[in-house]
Amino acid sequence: MAWNTDADKKRMRNYMSGVDLRHLTTKVLKHWMLIAFALLSTAPVALVVINSFKARRAIFRNPYHLPNAETFDLVGYETVFAKSQFHVYYFNSLFVTLTALALILLFGTMVAFALAEYSFPGNNLLRLFFLLGIIIPIRLGSVSLLRLIDSLDLIGTLWALIVVYIAGGLPFAVFILTQFMSQVPGELKDAARVDGASEYRVFWLILPIIRPATGTVAAISIIPMWNDLWFPLVLAPGEATRTVTLGAQQFMGQFSNDWNALLAALSLSSVPVLIIYFISSKQLLQGLTAGALKN
Amino acid sequence: MAASLSRSGQAKHRKPFPTHIIVFLAPAVFVYGLFMIYPLFDSLRLGFFAQVTRGVEQFVGFDNYVTLMTDDVILQPRLLNALKNSFLFFAVNMLVQNPIALMLAAVLSTKTRGGLLYRILIFSPAILSLAIAGFVWRLVLSPLWGIVYDILKALGLGAYAQPWLGLESTALITLALISAWQFLGIPMMLYYATLISIPNDLFEAAYVDGATDWQIFWRIKLPLLMPMIGIISLLTYIGNFNAFDVIFALKGADAGPNYASDTMMTFFYRTFFGSGFQKADPHMGAAVAGTMFVILMAGVLIYFFIRQRITSYEL
Repeated sequence: MAWNTDADKKRMRNYMSGVDLRHLTTKVLKHWMLIAFALLSTAPVALVVINSFKARRAIFRNPYHLPNAETFDLVGYETVFAKSQFHVYYFNSLFVTLTALALILLFGTMVAFALAEYSFPGNNLLRLFFLLGIIIPIRLGSVSLLRLIDSLDLIGTLWALIVVYIAGGLPFAVFILTQFMSQVPGELKDAARVDGASEYRVFWLILPIIRPATGTVAAISIIPMWNDLWFPLVLAPGEATRTVTLGAQQFMGQFSNDWNALLAALSLSSVPVLIIYFISSKQLLQGLTAGALKN
Repeated sequence: MAASLSRSGQAKHRKPFPTHIIVFLAPAVFVYGLFMIYPLFDSLRLGFFAQVTRGVEQFVGFDNYVTLMTDDVILQPRLLNALKNSFLFFAVNMLVQNPIALMLAAVLSTKTRGGLLYRILIFSPAILSLAIAGFVWRLVLSPLWGIVYDILKALGLGAYAQPWLGLESTALITLALISAWQFLGIPMMLYYATLISIPNDLFEAAYVDGATDWQIFWRIKLPLLMPMIGIISLLTYIGNFNAFDVIFALKGADAGPNYASDTMMTFFYRTFFGSGFQKADPHMGAAVAGTMFVILMAGVLIYFFIRQRITSYEL
């Protein structure tokens, strides 16, 4: 506490000697810089969304204006809905990412529990085994993976994507969850055991305790799965199994000169994700911060 | 580690065979082993095989690798070009994204009104797919729409406006900058998390000794950030060696103009599936993946080597 008073005295000295003017300048500069970067980060997407609601002429004449009664036009969206299957893409993306996510979390917490809870021969080796997947990108195994998926008759199905995403997402989930699992107090588990709980029951009981960690892992795992272009392209490129990312990419390649359609397709594939992000951003960023601190 | 091994209750619960451990481990080990570890090593194996006649594979040793590095018609020039471009892509991200992320984190970790909102906004592009974000930039940079031209003109830099994505000399750097722009929030958040974890007493002690903010950053915060800078560099290396989505989405598999934006991953894709002037060859593709595997591993080893040499300060 003594430090505090000394620091306060120091600040007071600075204040008295006119340093406050420098402080004010720094403060203003700081906010200018942050505003500039916030704008740089958000303006491109905002421009796309705003202009997606305008007629072609207005897009080029005055791109910075919001649509008004005169320039408002949904022709881009009409083209997108007539010429592509965005609702199918959304269903596919949701089905793939949510199924994969649920299984990553289930399998991941099970492994994390076993690694953190029991000492058994090969425990450390198994940790290394999972660590390997964080360092090596799964995409490098594509040649063999395509054959394997083919021999399992999964080519062109959403399940091809699901199993690959589970495999690709597990290493990170195991890594983070094991750290959290090993911090759950032992007394809790022992108390349950004394009451005659089976090991499965103990696992079940401590799941709620690590829920914050599962939230972080979920948020960080779902983003690359949702956004992936490589595996949909390699394993399930057909129209019926296209994810949002692949569907939008193919659509934009086809309609690269129809600006209304381009802007509408980009908005359709980014706005829902951004809305979910803004709703959950506080938790996500706090989770990221906490997750980073743990490691 | 030691604590987690010693404290749990297994001593009291000695069972003849730990079935439950197997049950906990089996699903993950099975899926991860079958769909990740097996394909990775099997791909390496396939790099040493070639197809002699339809459906018949033959072991050819290092032949694929030798062809890859000596065939001066297509493969070798493409490989060297892609390698150079991949390193350039990484370098741009490293030199642009990393310092800016660190600077923003340093600013945000001081008491800032609206700090959370700034973080939310700056992080937001990172949740979009690279293909989508790339296309957004393609429109914004388009001479037809002229957004960037307007901005440069407003700044008095109108003379510098060029269709960067289309020019051979600037296409790759522009794509790398788009990727750096998009994922700026990730290193920013990691640096931010490290910075706010430094206890305040440390700065206050320094303040009392008369240190300025600047000195505190260089002498206290930066040394404590070193491990995180290392981790982020490694992540940037691994992540950017994968660079594919933004290039494929904007430039197609041929990574134009004239292969100017071709990286190892687009080269891998073309070799594997074929495109234009290159016929599809999974075995050669596996050799390209094998080459990437070696380069990645070299990077990881360099990271661990440097990390052991540098003294790191722990809180």
